[in-house]
Amino acid sequence: MNFLSTLFLGIISAALVNNVVLSRFLGLCPFLGVSKKTSTALGMGTAVIAVITLSSAITYLIDHFILHEKLVYLRTIVFILIIAALVQSVEIILKKKIPSLYKALGVYLPLITTNCAVLGVAIDSAQKNYTFSETMIYSIGTAVGFLIAIVLMAGIRERIEHNDIPESFKGMPIVLVTAGLMAIAFYGFKGTIS
Amino acid sequence: MKENTPLERLYNGVIKENPTFVLMLGMCPTLAVTTSAVNGVGMGLSTCAVLMMSNLIISILRKFIPERVRMPAYIVVVASFVTVVELLMQAYVRSVYTSLGLYIPLIVVNCIILGRAESYAGKNPPLASFFDGLGMGLGFTLALTVIGALRELLGTGEIFGFRIMPESFEPVSIMIMAPGAFFVLAILTALQNRFKAPSATNRSDKFCSGSCSGCMQKNCGFRERSDEE
Repeated sequence: MNFLSTLFLGIISAALVNNVVLSRFLGLCPFLGVSKKTSTALGMGTAVIAVITLSSAITYLIDHFILHEKLVYLRTIVFILIIAALVQSVEIILKKKIPSLYKALGVYLPLITTNCAVLGVAIDSAQKNYTFSETMIYSIGTAVGFLIAIVLMAGIRERIEHNDIPESFKGMPIVLVTAGLMAIAFYGFKGTIS
Repeated sequence: MKENTPLERLYNGVIKENPTFVLMLGMCPTLAVTTSAVNGVGMGLSTCAVLMMSNLIISILRKFIPERVRMPAYIVVVASFVTVVELLMQAYVRSVYTSLGLYIPLIVVNCIILGRAESYAGKNPPLASFFDGLGMGLGFTLALTVIGALRELLGTGEIFGFRIMPESFEPVSIMIMAPGAFFVLAILTALQNRFKAPSATNRSDKFCSGSCSGCMQKNCGFRERSDEE
């Protein structure tokens, strides 16, 4: 029960209370760029979950067993290379082995390398000295938070597209206002976990 | 003004193609660290240092780096300079280092840096590339300072810690919290639209769609790869 409650609290806290996009501003680029349609947003979100989970597992192991204390200053370089290589190999493997999944997620994969949420999560959990299970809970929670935010955003954008928006607010400005209001809404979760 | 001279590059980076206001690149640090003017300056200058040095080195190495592996090579150069800057900041400007925290290593994935490497430094001689980096970096610093000062002024009534607003001013504290960042940027881009100022948001033909992902598809070689298939 104790483990379950930590798991639950950890995921809620990473996904909703400290939402990766709306309160920590990581992964803003895909959040603003790939949120025009719910279906593509869902694809992007799923791909991000897969990549973040895999990459934080691998970066944890490398950080713990190879960089361990003496080579900590190499974190940034090693982590970004691992993520880039990982994304590339996931793409190749998917293309060969599961073409249907590749068709659904493939286009988003190259864009994920420079998604700062991926590197951000890896570095953040390494800096905070999380254990392996903590790292996994934190990274999956963060990725789920990203999925929630981007799908919500896409849903709202589909709705407001045909509305009567002031001329100067069309396009990016109204999206940013929406993001701001969503951020306010997500502040509501702050009280849920003390 | 003549192309590719140091002065022209500085003008281009700070005004004509300002990375934040015109190109709309590097939005994550722009929104995240601009809670105060000081943070904006710190982030801007550290990005500027990385941008200058990485542009210089990439430009020097541009004839040696094979076309196919240029992205990983660029990333290694950028990541090395980010590490250097991070260690220097940790040693000499401890307070800025703590307040920027996670966002310093994340300079690596700032699209301005890889974007300039790909679209300028990889094709042009070292001196021009160095000044291109300096210009872009200063433009970024300027933008971050302005946004940071604006948010600090509205959110606390101070700029750089000096009281500007009269005592009776009630601080709008939401401006220094997360939603305020979105609102400030929304108003800024709306003004640009209103006055038809050149910006990625209203000239999608020339620049990207206002996001790194759109920009990457065009500039950074990913498009070519998907075309091959």
